[in-house]
Amino acid sequence: MSEENNVKMEDAAELDAGRRDFLKFVCTSSAAALVVAPEAAEAVVKAADSADADTTVAEFFQGHFVLMSDEEKKQAIARLEKRYTAKFGKETTVSDVAAPDDVLFGYALDMSKCIGCRRCVHACVEENNQSREGTVIQWIQVMKIPKGNISFSADELEKGYPEKSQFGDYGVQVGGNAYHPAGMTTEGAQSYYQDETVPDKDFFYMPVQCQQCEKPPCVKACPVRATFRDHAGVVLIDYNWCIGCRMCQLACPYQARRFNWGEPQLPAEEMNPKTHYFGNRPRMKGVMEKCTFCVQRTREGRNPACLEACPVGARKFGNLLDPESDVRKVLETKRVFRFKEEFGTYPKFFYYIG
Amino acid sequence: MNKALSFAKDTSLYAIKGGSMYYAWLLFLSFFILVGTYTSYRQFTEGLILTGATDQVTLEMFFANFVFTAHVAAAAVLVVAPGYFYHRQDMKELAVMGEIVAMVFVATGITFILYHMGRPDRLLHMVPGIGFLNFPNSMLVYDTIVLNVYLYLNLIGVFYILYKKYVGTFDSKHLARWFTPIVYLAIAWGPLIHIVTAFVLASNARMESWATAVLPFGFLSMAGASGPSLIIVIFLLARKYTKLEVNDSVIDLLTTIITWSLGLLMLVFAAEMFSVLYSSTEHAHSMKYNMFGHNGLNMYVPWFWGVMITLVGSFVALLFPRVRKSYNLWLPLVCFLVFFGVLIEKPMVLVFPAFSPSPLGEYTEYHVTLIEFFNVLFIWAMAFLWLTLIIKGAIGILTGDVRYEKSPSNTVKQS
Ligand code: SF4
Ligand code: SF4
Repeated sequence: MSEENNVKMEDAAELDAGRRDFLKFVCTSSAAALVVAPEAAEAVVKAADSADADTTVAEFFQGHFVLMSDEEKKQAIARLEKRYTAKFGKETTVSDVAAPDDVLFGYALDMSKCIGCRRCVHACVEENNQSREGTVIQWIQVMKIPKGNISFSADELEKGYPEKSQFGDYGVQVGGNAYHPAGMTTEGAQSYYQDETVPDKDFFYMPVQCQQCEKPPCVKACPVRATFRDHAGVVLIDYNWCIGCRMCQLACPYQARRFNWGEPQLPAEEMNPKTHYFGNRPRMKGVMEKCTFCVQRTREGRNPACLEACPVGARKFGNLLDPESDVRKVLETKRVFRFKEEFGTYPKFFYYIG
Repeated sequence: MNKALSFAKDTSLYAIKGGSMYYAWLLFLSFFILVGTYTSYRQFTEGLILTGATDQVTLEMFFANFVFTAHVAAAAVLVVAPGYFYHRQDMKELAVMGEIVAMVFVATGITFILYHMGRPDRLLHMVPGIGFLNFPNSMLVYDTIVLNVYLYLNLIGVFYILYKKYVGTFDSKHLARWFTPIVYLAIAWGPLIHIVTAFVLASNARMESWATAVLPFGFLSMAGASGPSLIIVIFLLARKYTKLEVNDSVIDLLTTIITWSLGLLMLVFAAEMFSVLYSSTEHAHSMKYNMFGHNGLNMYVPWFWGVMITLVGSFVALLFPRVRKSYNLWLPLVCFLVFFGVLIEKPMVLVFPAFSPSPLGEYTEYHVTLIEFFNVLFIWAMAFLWLTLIIKGAIGILTGDVRYEKSPSNTVKQS
């Protein structure tokens, strides 16, 4: 797991030891301080009578996963596996496999092929154990955008102002055709369409998920580094470290982050028991989550679930450092653009016209 | 040690004594505290789903109110500064009142942030050394530091002055060597909490309506308007019902500050509207949404115009000397309007409409839930309860009603 540590957090060990000592002190000496933290108080109360208690308390005092020693990591994972197995009634594994070296993951999506069926969305929900009820969480959002963004309608020509003047009827146009969306815009996009058949002929579709920015504003904004970029270029979240302040959600220009506003509702029979610590393990309320390019799969050399689900092959995934990979071929041969490049986030998610 | 104990005892005993109006006020606040205890419990056990926030509008009423508390807290400087910079004796006596307001409001702001967090139980992750602070990247880290420092500076200031006055050794000419720098630091720190809070908002490139350089100036001028409004009301009440002496000159100075601040605010609004609306690019979307609605979503429209009319109206009203001098009717009324105008501006103009359109083009309205509303009231009730009690105690000390006396029992204990 030492690769994980290339996420630069200085003085990790020292800081960690200091924190543990302090926590022990707090734990033993001032139960009153916990009044501000009902969850913690609850945890302490639970400690008296529940079998789950050790887990809860130990988890409360655990540090950032990246900063843990190998021993602590092992314990943290064992705790989670025990808990999830009991809760969902299935043998659950929580992996902490590191990303392979010399890899920079990239994704490419063919806009001309996407038919807006949203199978990727549902495959993602199933693979990644998202909440199904209460807070419904979907990491991928498919926008349905009207075609013909640059059309001029004859009916509209007379509308708007300024009207005809002695200089002619071409002034600074304010209404009419000037009010049609123009160019690549999200104006007029619908994300909650319920069509019986797709694709709708007057529309095109654009799925958006976390773009795994090279310069991610979300990482910059997080006050506690609960979210960070791993060395394969994927932005991850330690769900146990996130304080739920939502600064990252505020910073993300792609609306890619989802918050657990309430306790996630994940039916036991639909739970996917093969999980990863930073990926699809079941989340708790009050923390942030988002697309991780399926770390649990891609770190083991498989493709993301959304790619496998796409019926038209609009999605390509691979290693940006490998010239033979699917994404690299797309980048070399197709007309490619990145979404909202004006934000300077340098996404590793590419859209192309095939 | 004995002195400190009797300081605490005497002041709190004095603070809880009062007439029937006083008790009615405390009872009124307790009602919201009672209800709020229940709603807070609900929120902390069930999560933020009980508020109206969504993935589209991710900051709730708590955050909006937090920005407002920062306004009022920072503005307390305007009471402290004239006393110390211009040696205005009438103001210097009352400086401690400004510091009390600052102290209580920063603490309230921190409470609002606590309610805003999805996992308040993990607060320790933000304590340096125990947790991890994303320094120097995250703006929220700066805000946390700045707010906490301001809180402690004011805490020291308030209790030092009150305690010294209580034991009768306060000498404003020869303040302790360490104390004067602390007061000056606190004065400088006031605007800082503002500027940093404005940057927490403005640093998000995708929130186009906040990505404006006038944001800190807007905040400062709103602070200058709302903070002194509250303080004027407190002073007017204090001099009516207690022996505390507040000269007209003090009130007049504060009124002048409000007027100037409102004037500046008008300029900031005008500049913002011009630069957004004239070219009318994408950046205008959320302001237009706020002003006129969008496809039938027009919940914020009346609030926007209401706030604008209130603030402009108050500014115009304050230009008339007759209003400024009407200490018992018009002035407090205008102060109320300014205070609530700025308070309501926060969620309904600054925060909620800014989220529409979302980065993917969605327009959403924010519907405050009852639980959230009562939680907000709970925090405000707590704030005003503390404010009342501390100010009452402080007045006791300033007017000399509460004083350290070596009573026989004290002497016995000391020997
Ligand atoms: S798309 Fe959003 S969540 Fe994903 S890395 Fe970029 S800023 Fe972060
Ligand atoms: S919500 Fe969590 S991940 Fe996002 S900024 Fe706050 S602590 Fe970091």
